[in-house]
Amino acid sequence: MGGSGREPLRLLNLVEPITRPLLLIPVAVVEFILTPIQKRVGIDKMGYFFVLPNLLIFGIFVLFPMLLNFYYAMTGGTKLFPQDRPFVGLDNFATLFDCEDFLSPNSCQEDLFWRGISNTIQFVVFQVSGIVLFSLVTALVLNRKIVARGFFRSVFFYPVLLSPVVVALIWKWVLQHEGLLNAIVEIFGGESKRWLLDTNWAMFWVVFVSVWALMGFYTLILLAGLQSIPPELYEASSIDGANHWQDFRFVTMPLLMPTMFVVLVLSLIRAVQMFDHIFVLTGGGPGTRTQLMVQYIYTTGFSNQIQLFGLSAAASMVLGISLLILTLLQLRLGNQSSLA
Amino acid sequence: MRKILAVMLILSVLLSAMPALSQDMVELRIRWYDDGNEGEVLRDLLDRFQMDNPDISVEIDTVPYRAILENLPLDLAAGEGPDMARVTDLGGLAEYYLDMTPYLSDPAYWEENFGPFLNWKRLPGDDSSIPGFMTQLTITGPFINRTLFEQAGIDVPSDMSDSVSWDEWAAASVAVAEALEIPYPMAMDRSGHRFAGPAISSGAMYFDNMGHPTVMDEGFRDMAERFVNWHLDGTMHPEMWPLSEGYAGANEEFANAELVFYMSGSWQVGQFSEQIGDAFDWQTVPNPCGPGGCTGMPGGAALVGIGATEHPEEVARVMEYLASQDVLGEFAARTLFIPAHAGLSAAGVDFDTDLQLAKDSLGVFVGQVGTLEQTAFDLQAYAFNRALFDATRDRLTQAMVGELTLDEAIDRIQDDVDTALAEQG
Repeated sequence: MGGSGREPLRLLNLVEPITRPLLLIPVAVVEFILTPIQKRVGIDKMGYFFVLPNLLIFGIFVLFPMLLNFYYAMTGGTKLFPQDRPFVGLDNFATLFDCEDFLSPNSCQEDLFWRGISNTIQFVVFQVSGIVLFSLVTALVLNRKIVARGFFRSVFFYPVLLSPVVVALIWKWVLQHEGLLNAIVEIFGGESKRWLLDTNWAMFWVVFVSVWALMGFYTLILLAGLQSIPPELYEASSIDGANHWQDFRFVTMPLLMPTMFVVLVLSLIRAVQMFDHIFVLTGGGPGTRTQLMVQYIYTTGFSNQIQLFGLSAAASMVLGISLLILTLLQLRLGNQSSLA
Repeated sequence: MRKILAVMLILSVLLSAMPALSQDMVELRIRWYDDGNEGEVLRDLLDRFQMDNPDISVEIDTVPYRAILENLPLDLAAGEGPDMARVTDLGGLAEYYLDMTPYLSDPAYWEENFGPFLNWKRLPGDDSSIPGFMTQLTITGPFINRTLFEQAGIDVPSDMSDSVSWDEWAAASVAVAEALEIPYPMAMDRSGHRFAGPAISSGAMYFDNMGHPTVMDEGFRDMAERFVNWHLDGTMHPEMWPLSEGYAGANEEFANAELVFYMSGSWQVGQFSEQIGDAFDWQTVPNPCGPGGCTGMPGGAALVGIGATEHPEEVARVMEYLASQDVLGEFAARTLFIPAHAGLSAAGVDFDTDLQLAKDSLGVFVGQVGTLEQTAFDLQAYAFNRALFDATRDRLTQAMVGELTLDEAIDRIQDDVDTALAEQG
């Protein structure tokens, strides 16, 4: 018998007596499997066995594809199976970064990749700012004792439940030339416009639609954060004569900051990975004005007749590494601000 | 306890394997997409086949056309494909097809009736394999809303001349649209294949002397410039090309009488018969002319056997049934597809429609076969033509919205094709 020498833990002893009969068989099966292991390795190391299923799933569905993607990025040709693909080293990365002027996509060999980067940066900046700002304002309002608060909370969360394709199609009908928005504009004497065909408006609308569709989720997180702030703090600040702004500035914001960072990190990751809403709403157009990096990766790897898996994998690695750096940077800034 | 569990495990494995062991019916799967009612017709034909052949069951997996273009190649490369598939990337997927020759009772029938189109489905250097048959021959060409011309009091250009240029059609379509306040004078399917016919008519060669694909000639540039400008001045549907990803069509606009002239192809006849019927007079007109001819593009879809199938003999039996003259004739008649079968072409197909507009349209398309240029056939037979078509579609779109100049767009098309072919090896 190995391990610590302690008696094996009997799972059934941990269960309430009234529910024991119901759990008799499942617990017996678990004990049948785990008891010999526990006797061999000892109770202290049993934790590893409990996380093993999760680690296996993570390894098979996340880690292994990541490693495979890394290998694909180092190979060329058009064959699907790794063993059929010639090793080309860093050639795919060299192709992606072959550029005379990084600020001018037309001077780059893979101009669509750089257009994707440029569009992604613009999209992320505006979309994440929009989400954080509007989610915060909405959460603050919904946290107050307003009429029909429950109804409004549901209303703001409702778009999150909709499929991205449905969201994009609804807005496409609203924004098309003969759509609802132009009808309203014309009622007020304005001139109808092709909203999604104008290169500047197109980016505005994809940001707007994605903020509209996703902010309910982040509002919910912030609302939970607001409700976890003890009311005594507001009472104390009120006794000290603080006004609403000072409440917000010196009580709400500092205590909400950890939740804000969660929202920031999650919304940033989602924004960089954005594909579905835009693909249906504009197809990445007009031209490539709203084509983000993920769409470039998809098109290069899967949509074209001659599928360049290596180039696509290299681009996805660049995307992944950028995302990792951004997230680490945010966490570091978050830690610094909480220490301060 | 452990022994009991082990015995139970073995028993459960054996029990789960038993149905497979006892089954003697072969199930075949077809990956299919629909343009109109052809899936329904195919199901009916296969039901009859299954009545006479109870040892074979055929399931049709109907998927969106995009899945045929994007997912099927990956499945085939991974050896996970169906037993048969309806494809349009005829040469591009040739390495995955089943050569049915050893399993066919009469291979000569296939050569005799499908001969000219078998090469479209063969790898370079292969002149003997029989991978499948064309479910339809398609020809690209324009549809017009004749009623709109009549309401506007403007003559239909093809009534006045046998050789109408693209510019003349554009001018007439714009005049009709302006007179009746119709939103879209012209539209063309968002497809490099659709663009190729007009480009060849303008003199595009598409291949250099070495047989390498090229777009670096005046003919291509001439049509590309005209086409981009039509998007800028509102002659062409302004949103369809710039605001789409991949293929897009203007069926709805045409069916809703919001479009005067629609460059598409013969596969639309069935759909328009159902959607429009005789609500207005729609008709097919001959392909517009230029210095390179008056050509559209041939094309079509084929039903092919997949090489990775475990049941090649059964696949060949199903294919022989579907490709037989009577069955294929019924398929063509009920779907309003032009058959790519020599026997049927000679005998003629009595299309199953009372709609004279549809019959006339099909008649015009059949008549267009003789006007197709050799370059159009060569381009259709080229295995990697979709690389060329897709690059044309995407880069010209960039020129329309000002991301590239026209010359930059043409350079990029050539570069994209060269890069892709170099990777292909």
